[in-house]
This record gives sequence, C-alpha cells and structure tokens, in this order.
Amino acid sequence: MSLWNRHKIFETNSIVLILGILVMIAIGGLVEIVPLYYLKSTIEKVDGVRPYSPLELAGRNIYVREGCYNCHSQMVRPLRDEVERYGHYSLAAESMYDRPFQWGSKRTGPDLARLGGKYSDEWHRAHLADPRSIVPGSIMPAYGWLAQTPLKADEIVQDMKVQKLLGVPYSDDMLVRAAADLRVQATTDDPEADALARRYPKAVIRDFDGDPTRITEADALIAYLQVLGTQVDFRLYDNKANVR
Amino acid sequence: MAHTVPTKQMTTSEMGLAIVAAVFALFALVVAAKAHTPEYAFHAAIFAIAAGASVFAIANRYFDRPAMLPPQEIDGRPNYNMGPVKFATLASLFWGIAGFTVGLVIALQLAWPALNLGLPWTSFGRLRPLHTSAVIFAFGGNVLLATSFYVVQRTSRVRLAGDLAPWFVVLGYNLFIVVAGTGYVLGITQGKEYAEPEWYADLFLTVVWVVYLLVFLATLMKRKEPHIYVANWFYLAFIVTIAVLHLGNNATVPVSVFSPKSYIVWAGVQDAMVQWWYGHNAVGFFLTAGFLAIMYYFIPKRANRPVYSYRLSIIHFWALIFLYIWAGPHHLHYTALPDWAQTLGMTFSVMLWMPSWGGMINGLMTLSGAWDKLRTDPVLRMMVVSVAFYGMSTFEGPLMSVKAVNSLSHYTDWTIGHVHSGALGWVGYVSFGAIYCLVPWLWNRREMYSLRLVNWHFWISTLGIVLYISAMWVSGILQGLMWRAYTALGFLEYSFIETVEAMHPFYVIRALGGLLFLAGALIMVVNVWRTIAGAGEAASEPAAIPALVPAE
Amino acid sequence: MNETYRMLAEFAQTWGLLYFVAIFAGVLVYALAPSRRDRFDAAARLPLQED
Repeated sequence: MSLWNRHKIFETNSIVLILGILVMIAIGGLVEIVPLYYLKSTIEKVDGVRPYSPLELAGRNIYVREGCYNCHSQMVRPLRDEVERYGHYSLAAESMYDRPFQWGSKRTGPDLARLGGKYSDEWHRAHLADPRSIVPGSIMPAYGWLAQTPLKADEIVQDMKVQKLLGVPYSDDMLVRAAADLRVQATTDDPEADALARRYPKAVIRDFDGDPTRITEADALIAYLQVLGTQVDFRLYDNKANVR
Repeated sequence: MAHTVPTKQMTTSEMGLAIVAAVFALFALVVAAKAHTPEYAFHAAIFAIAAGASVFAIANRYFDRPAMLPPQEIDGRPNYNMGPVKFATLASLFWGIAGFTVGLVIALQLAWPALNLGLPWTSFGRLRPLHTSAVIFAFGGNVLLATSFYVVQRTSRVRLAGDLAPWFVVLGYNLFIVVAGTGYVLGITQGKEYAEPEWYADLFLTVVWVVYLLVFLATLMKRKEPHIYVANWFYLAFIVTIAVLHLGNNATVPVSVFSPKSYIVWAGVQDAMVQWWYGHNAVGFFLTAGFLAIMYYFIPKRANRPVYSYRLSIIHFWALIFLYIWAGPHHLHYTALPDWAQTLGMTFSVMLWMPSWGGMINGLMTLSGAWDKLRTDPVLRMMVVSVAFYGMSTFEGPLMSVKAVNSLSHYTDWTIGHVHSGALGWVGYVSFGAIYCLVPWLWNRREMYSLRLVNWHFWISTLGIVLYISAMWVSGILQGLMWRAYTALGFLEYSFIETVEAMHPFYVIRALGGLLFLAGALIMVVNVWRTIAGAGEAASEPAAIPALVPAE
Repeated sequence: MNETYRMLAEFAQTWGLLYFVAIFAGVLVYALAPSRRDRFDAAARLPLQED
C-alpha cells in the first residue's frame, strides 16, 4: 500500500467519525424541537396575550440584565400546591413573545409568573430598594439603584423593530409611537392613556416609581412585574380547547 | 512551510493573521467610538487592544525566531508542541481559583444577603453566571483545551497541526472568557442559563471553536498511528457537538452592531426546548464526553495499564452520545412543554444510566490488579474517586429525571447538590488528577513537588464536597416538602418566606464546604508553582518517593 | 391533538424502535467482531507507548 493510500484511510476515518457523531446528535435534537413549531398546543394563540409595550419591554430587559431568572421562575406547574400558591398553571401561549424565555430553573425566591397585580407599586418600590424592610427573612439583594437610574430607552423602537423582524406583531403605528408610549405609560393621568390601552390592552398606566418628574429603571421594571401573568382572563379561558 | 528555504520569510499564516488582526483592531476601534453604551465600548476596546497586541506578538515572534519554523520531528521522534498546552494548564488554575472564589461569595450571599453590598456589579443575579461560566467554561474549558491538545499529539505521535492556530485557539478562548465574565458584572447578558454571553462574544467564540476543530482534526489526519485512540473520539464528539449546540442556542439578531443587545430567534416554549437541548448537552458533551476523554487517557497512563475493555469504551461512546442528545426535556417537566416531549426526555434519561455506568465500570476496572496504587498514589486516587462520583451523579440524574421525583426536586437545592456532586466530584477531581499528571510531564519534572500536599488537597476537598452535597440534599428535599405541605384543614402549611428561612443553616454549611474545596485548590496551586519552579528536584525526599514514580 | 399524538406514538413505537435496535446492533457488531480484536488491543496500548 502506497503512503498516499494509507494517508487517505486516516483522513477518511476521522471524517467518518465526525459524520457519525453529527448524524447521532442531529436526530435527537430535530425530533424534539421541530414538532414544537407545528403542534397545536405549542403554537396556538390564546385570547389576551399581546406583545410587550415599550415600557414593559424595557423593564423586561432590566429583569434579564439583573439575572432575576437565577432565583425566580416564571412557570406555574399544574400541581395542586403551586396552583394554590401562585395561581392558574402557565400556558405555552403566555410566553410566546418572551425572547428569551424566563421560565427559570430555581426558586430561591417565589415564582413570578402571576405576580402582576398581586402587590401595589409602593410595595414593589420599597421591596426592590430594601427587601428586608418588607419581608424580614428575605435573602434577595437590594436593588436601590434602579429607582435612581434614569431609564435609557430612547432606542427602544430599534428593539421592537428587531422583534417585529422575528415575527412579533408590532404594527407600524406601535413603532411610530414607541417613544411616546413609553413616556405615557409611566405617567399618571396622561391624556394619551386610553389610546395606549387600545394598542396594548390591560397595560397598567401610571407613575410606578413615585417620582413623576422622571422615568427611571424602577418605572420600567415595575411596569413589567405588574403585567406578568395578567393578560389571559382565566374566567373565560377554555382549557379543553388547548389540551397538552 | 519554509523547510528548505534558508532565507527568513514571513509565512502566509503570519502575514494573513497579522493583516486580519490589524483590520479587526480598526473595526473594533470604530465600534468602540460609536457604541451605544459605555459597557459595550469597553468590550470593543478590549477586542481592539487584543487584536493590536496580536499584531505586535506576531511581528515580534517573526523577528526573534530562526529562519525555519520548528520541525515536525527531531531525530525521528515527534517534536510535540507543548506551549499552548502549558498556557491552557496555567489558565485553568487561574480560572479555577477565580471561579471557586466567586462560588464561595455567592454561597455566602445566600446565607447573609447583606454581602450583596447593594451594588449592581456585586449582586447575586450578576455574579451567579460569573461563577457558572468561570468554573464550567473557563476552568473546565482550559482543562479540556490543554488535555485535548496533549492527548491528540501523544496518541497520534505527531506535532500539533498549525503554527499560529493552536495559539489562536487558547488565547482567543481566554479572551472570550474575559469578555464574557466582565460582561456579566457590567450587566451584559442574554439571560439564557450557561449561554449568557451576548452575540458578539458568541460570534468570536464560534471562530475560535472552528479553528479548534480544524487544529484537532488536522492533527488526527496526519497521525502516525493507524487507529484513532478512543479518548480522541470523545474529544471530537465534544468539539463537534458543542459547536452545533452553540450555534443553535445563540441564534440571535443584534439590535445594532453598536449595541450589545440582541434578541433570540426562538421564543417562549420553543426557546425553552432549544435552551435545555443546549443546556443538558453542555453537561453531556462538555462536562461528560470531554472529561471522559481525560479518564480514558490519564487513568490508564497513570496506572500504567491499558483500559479495562477497549470494546466497552466503543460501546460506551456510541451509546452515550446517542442517548444524551435526547435527554434535555427533563429540565422542563410539568411545564408548558408538551407531555410527549417530557416523557421522551425522561425515558432517554433513564436509559442513559446504562452507558454511564458502563463507562464508570470501565474506568474503575482499569485498576483491577493494581488497586494497591490507590493507597500509594494520591493522584490516581483522586481520578478514581472522580469516576466514583461520576457513577453517583449519573445514578442520581436519571432518578431526578423521573417526573414524580422531579415534581419534588425541581426548583430546589437538590438540583444544585446534584450538579455539584458532578461538578466538584467528577469534573473537578478528574481535572485536578489530569493537572497533577500534566504539570510534571510538561515541565520535565520527575513528579509533583509534594505528593503529601496532593493528599491534603484530596482530603480537604473531599470533606468540602461531602458537606456541600449533603447540605443541599437536605435543604432541597426539605424545601420541596415544605412547599407542598398541607395543614389538617387543607391549607398550605408554610408561606414561601418560611421555607426560605429554613434554608439558612444549610446555606452556611454549603458555604463552608465551598471554602474547603477552594482551600484544597489553593494547595494545588502552591504545589504546581513549586513543581514548575523546580523545588525538590535535586534534593528530593528519599525513601517514600521512589515507589510512587509511574513506571515509564 | 389526539390524532397527532397517535401518529407520533405509532411512529416512535415502530420505526423509532427499529432505528434504536439497528444502531445498537451495529455498534455491538463493530465493537465485538473478532476480526477487530487485534486492532483494538493495539489501540488500547496507545497511551502506554513512549517515544
């Protein structure tokens, strides 16, 4: 056997090995992921679920930035104690606009999937600034800087455009009014509030951080926390239509 | 290659890489100037400085080096390229200490929250990804780079392929780690567990990883041995699969080239599935396949006997990579992921117990007929105990993937305990064992400076691991049971905060365990430093030592 | 939904099973074939050779 032939066998072996590995790993992944784009239970829409408003989106980005998912889940499992503790179990559709998803994997703190409307803004403000002033046994870090840092979200429309590119149904109207909407949602009794609520049904519109003179990161984060899990009206929701 | 040319010339790769780096440095400067946030400008500046420094380093090396590049062989024996291996070995020590320290800090924060200091860059939510990335990707990754480059050369009997490429891989990988780690502290994150680096760091890692694959593959292709040793199969599966997973889970669209922010292509339930397909196989192919390669080379080498059954290792290989890839959905039991996917994930996780234990038996039985070495050689003992931990956590894993067990264990510290029995016991110990083998081999020392210090490292950190995982078992099961406890009247018995308060003593014990593990690793660093410095070489301890020298 | 489920389950229980068994048998044959004994024995000694 000539040297060249020997060499060819060596090369072939390593390429065959790589191909074998690729085939093995491709099948498992594809079988589990691809159907999720076709099955009714994972792509079906549920009434009430809507894209995040500009302020909520900015708040969600702060939630992601601070790594809240390291300690808080956003996924109520259909188990008796969880449904009683947190509320109706989570639906796939409720996180259809979540990029990235924030279901989490650890509950060092409680689940937040249905946090919206559970506590007042004042509660959230005090709790974020000093968790132990509200809940003495809490081990959550204090997030005092949020209420002192002005929200930098002049470019939020760029974020919304990227999301639209990825399939989130933001209308042209929503994009044009993004910057104004962001300001309106953090203002109490703004004349534009009704128009905003039509674009983003059930949006909570008021000054969240207790400081009407400016919009801070606390405004955005609390706006996001207050909308969590509130979009679907479970008095009207038909769970038989969405068996999973 | 300019083997026969006597005049000194820049090689194509020197020229090419210098030009690419120079262009990239300029580009990074422009991005730094126009960046939307100061944090992103900082990262662009790091890239610009690194690219500029590599232009300088390439030119500097060119002026210093002889006309000819290092030969492939000297006197008919392969001229191994151990520079990058040495660098990665030392980097793994540095990142190991950094990662263990941050782990200790966040463990203390959970026990005493005032330690978060009320500052953005020291809060738990930002430091926890720093810890996980530092230990998995920085410590573990450098161990894998070092050992894979060492093993592929020795078992192929050729010099590592490429001239600058191996250096680009190790230096580029560590640059990625610096960018990723500083990003977390500054609040730059994708918010996906174990895949937190943002789009630009991901893109850079992709380039580094492709070069890694090419260097590894090209070395295999020019090998002098007819067979590819099984450790290289595991390394190859690790490199190829991590590439696929990385691309799938980081498919994002950046908001702008001047912004660090990006949005993932997948959303909601699909994103969850892709994330845990990635996340679980990062465990399967990074923390398992890669370190099994270490087991298959370093244990036979250290024990000086071939692996127990080479045929079993082949069955182990194919069964492991085939089954692992399906197991991801067990991270999503009882969530909005469809039931069939959960059941599929559970079934494959339970089946995975078989190849895992096949591999464990193969590693342990390699010692058959030489069990006495466990008593006399603390390095071998460390590696064998790591295989025992591998067996333990791969038994616990399938158990926890059963839906009924998972409904209790999920979201609790039980998961943290499980991860750490694998991470500290298996990955940590097999890495330490490999480092203790590698350092004397690389720096031409007869043995580590002190095997007694290795012994101290072993026992101190074993105590640490035992404290850590038993504290997490108790706290996890306790909290899981408290969450679902009902009073006689049918009300939930405990508020959430009561279950948090009950965790405090276990968090203190866990932090103590982490402290001991860190202390053991510091002993290792001292030992390595003394070994490299050559201490104890001339006047080595007599009597006890000779019996411990591997018969080579 | 039930229709999809039944289809998938049927596929998994027939073709899926066949696929697994075939792969596993293939690996077993490859690893245990007597003709490869010498090659594997030599390969197992690779780490122990010195150069």
